[in-house]
Amino acid sequence: MVKITYIDSFGEARTIEAQEGATVMENAIRNAIPEITAECGGGCACATCHVYVGEKWVGRTGKASDQEEDMLDFAYKVQPNSRLSCQIKVTPDLDGLVVTTPDRQG
Amino acid sequence: MRESITTDVVIVGAGPAGLFAVFELGLLDINAHLIDILPMPGGQCAELYPEKPIYDIPGFQKLSGQELVDALLRQIKPFHPSFHYGELVEALEVLGSAEAPSFRIRTSGGPSFECKAVIVAAGGGSFQPKKPPIAGIEAYEGTSVFYAVRKIEDFRGKHVVIVGGGDSALDWTLNLQPAAKHLTLVHRRDDFRAAPHSVKAMRELAAAGRIDLRLGQIAALTGEAGELSCVTLKDATGGSHEIPCQRLIPFFGLTMKLGPVAGWGLNLHENLVPVDAGTFETNVPGIFAIGDINHYPGKLKLILCGFHEGALAAQKVYHYVYPGKRLTFQYTTSSTSLQKKLGVT
Repeated sequence: MVKITYIDSFGEARTIEAQEGATVMENAIRNAIPEITAECGGGCACATCHVYVGEKWVGRTGKASDQEEDMLDFAYKVQPNSRLSCQIKVTPDLDGLVVTTPDRQG
Repeated sequence: MRESITTDVVIVGAGPAGLFAVFELGLLDINAHLIDILPMPGGQCAELYPEKPIYDIPGFQKLSGQELVDALLRQIKPFHPSFHYGELVEALEVLGSAEAPSFRIRTSGGPSFECKAVIVAAGGGSFQPKKPPIAGIEAYEGTSVFYAVRKIEDFRGKHVVIVGGGDSALDWTLNLQPAAKHLTLVHRRDDFRAAPHSVKAMRELAAAGRIDLRLGQIAALTGEAGELSCVTLKDATGGSHEIPCQRLIPFFGLTMKLGPVAGWGLNLHENLVPVDAGTFETNVPGIFAIGDINHYPGKLKLILCGFHEGALAAQKVYHYVYPGKRLTFQYTTSSTSLQKKLGVT
């Protein structure tokens, strides 16, 4: 079972058992994780599921695609470890993944 | 004087639910005008996911958001709906009585409407510009901070800062540069998703020193009494830079906000409009709500539910448009009168 920890902008951590194959965004919504809006429902079309990937994990989650980078232009406080969580698929390799949510999704 | 249009029904929102409602109303000889804040039909399907496949439209194994919109437009063509794009419905006034309601609708810049029923098919609300979360930005909105350009004159002779990397940001950089005293384009990275020819034109202006291109994000605003004087740019290495700025135009795309719907006297439940699940009428007789914006026990935010809701709402709308007239239910497969309306006989 793959575990993901979401840390909200107040610093509160919530760890869930994630479903493999689904995205980090979908797992968040399914588990009622706050601060992830996902307005477009996972279409890489809105930048409201913005997360900061924990430094240790940046290598494993990979880089944002060109389309994702374009959408990140619509996010706020974008950092080098910014990703859209709808574009990160959960794999066994990501067991223990930690992501932090920004204080605003737009 | 703005034009005033009299019609049977005004549909607020030209997404899939609003478009299909035109069909169901049309079969009952009810005319409709559609109003949408976006510049095109389709709502979220067109704005958020035109190329994304949808798998749960009955009868279609798979079709894209735009394909669905195009198919709906073809389907409702026989009913000649009138579209009013780029307009926000600002006010909805109830004129008649509960038994014979009528409504007056005022839009942001277009015509006003008088109608016998209103169908709110506004999805998640209206698409409005996203506001960057910069502390104190509200104090400058409308005086120094603008989310769209209405009059170039507002920017003439000013220090202008535009934020963004898409077509809006680049187009206005090119258009405002001649009028502005000085223009700075701020973007978070040195890649622009705008059309290549405008990116090229922008880079030429920057190379010639006629605009400044700065990479980073706006972190703070300085000014007083609604008048900006400078903005603080934070670059990728954490360095801070002050840029003189009297006019700031952030382009961060669109988001859905319930907007003026909240002021129409409708009951609201967590930003959704409760309806009777048999008629999809709201607490105000003559105002209906269909699609993602409504709420009733068992509600699912599916396009197919929006279609169903439009069909049922049309039955009740009929009685407001044709009071006292009996409505006989007919099938498009067998009714020659329906087929005549569809232009297929």
